[in-house]
Amino acid sequence: MSTSAADAAERVAASFRADGGRTLATLSRAVGDIALAEDALQDAYLAALQRWPRDGFPARPSAWILATARNRAIDRLRRERVGREKLQRLAALEPAPAASRDADDSGAGENAVPDDRLGLIFACCHPALGIEARIALTLRTLAGLTVEEIADAFLVPHATMAQRLVRVKRKIRESAIPFEVPPAERLAERLADVCAVVYLIFNEGYAASSGAQLVRRDLCDEAIRLARVLLALVPDEREVMSLLALMLYHDSRRDARVREDGTLVALPDQDRSTWNRAKIDEATALLARANGLGAPGAYQIQAMIAFAHASAASAGDVDWHGIAELYGHLDRMAPSPVVALNRAVAIGFADGPLAGLAALDALPREALESYHLYHVARADVLARLERSTEARAAYRAALALTQNAAEQAYLRAKLRETA
Amino acid sequence: MKYMLLIYSQPRDREPTPEEWAASMPAWQAFSEDLQRRGALVDAAPLAPTSSATTVRVRDDKPVVTDGPFAETKEWLGGYYIIESPSLDGAIEAAKMCPGAKDGSVEVRPIVDVGG
Repeated sequence: MSTSAADAAERVAASFRADGGRTLATLSRAVGDIALAEDALQDAYLAALQRWPRDGFPARPSAWILATARNRAIDRLRRERVGREKLQRLAALEPAPAASRDADDSGAGENAVPDDRLGLIFACCHPALGIEARIALTLRTLAGLTVEEIADAFLVPHATMAQRLVRVKRKIRESAIPFEVPPAERLAERLADVCAVVYLIFNEGYAASSGAQLVRRDLCDEAIRLARVLLALVPDEREVMSLLALMLYHDSRRDARVREDGTLVALPDQDRSTWNRAKIDEATALLARANGLGAPGAYQIQAMIAFAHASAASAGDVDWHGIAELYGHLDRMAPSPVVALNRAVAIGFADGPLAGLAALDALPREALESYHLYHVARADVLARLERSTEARAAYRAALALTQNAAEQAYLRAKLRETA
Repeated sequence: MKYMLLIYSQPRDREPTPEEWAASMPAWQAFSEDLQRRGALVDAAPLAPTSSATTVRVRDDKPVVTDGPFAETKEWLGGYYIIESPSLDGAIEAAKMCPGAKDGSVEVRPIVDVGG
């Protein structure tokens, strides 16, 4: 490889890292088809590898890539002889249609490239798509993960994930799912769908439901990064800032949560000095901003609960009464057996194990029976009440219900302790 | 883009009586008029009950004509709307307003443009 070719490869890679996501979003929106946009974009980067060493580097690489990808998309659409509307929208991407096909760079600065990622986020998280497909597509197009990385994160074969992505992109194209920011009257609802996808990605990373590793850090990092992108695009949405704060609080504890040998450390037993202060401070600043913006939403309340843990000097200083109240508030806003369970656990710390057991026994058992943390919660209060036979039975019930190796190890240790 | 809204009844043991039909008409009329006002209505029609259905199959060049719908299901296709919308979101909004979505379900399918 000649020097200039190596240099070009470097610059093409840099351009891809800096603008690849935004350019993909712009093209996808213009053609209403992520697969076509991906192909055209790949063509453009390949063309850059060949042309930049020969013709010189463009002053604005991202504009060059967008114009070239746009022309490749036009070529592809012409070959397919469909989509006159799409051709028109592509033509409209460039302010000066007379510009040469080489897209010589002159005129407006880099900011001339519009940021269409918000529209892409709404398309990828559209409620008409299956939830697994939404997660995979968001990781692929917005986080830029490879198909293989996504497949490995969710423990599915590569071919299965590839097929899932092909299918979801086809549905977006064929049913004309829009790459637009929804109108004001539906924005909150659709933003909640987007937040749900981001939080599911985080949770899959934070408490991997199966496999040897308790925390899949890459997924946590991607979810936080996605929330940052989202917040940059909708800077005044308090549920988005609250979601980011919530994830940062959780994430600040991820090193303290798992021992070297992979076993889980419960919150009260964690070494608080290993919590990441920078993340906690950032989360607290975000939460303070959200709190100043009006009545709290569901993520905001969860972030407030996480704040109550993060701000306590020691496990004994946690304001469990306040936490129980917040869970009660959350349960009234969005009733869920899991939230009610968390409230009962908080009561157990606030008012003692007897009150905790009474609160747990008041929960709808049929809704929680197959949830391992329900049995863990019962086992914990029973152990505190020194009713060890019942406690051991509850730990065993929990053990039978989790596939996560770190949680299993934690529960076996609890069983040994509860003699 | 054109979309077809396929209106399925809720699963139940019998089809609506003529009286039930008549009672539901004003809601359907209002829905159709609303679509028309917005220039979204292309075509729409209710279908006669499945008791009037005949199924035709041709196997090895031999036609087989049978009484009744193709599959014995408790949910049946009661009618359709064809609407015009720039994207799926508009079609979903229309489906949400459709009286059939309240007790049955509305399947939204894009119509493939074969050109010409």
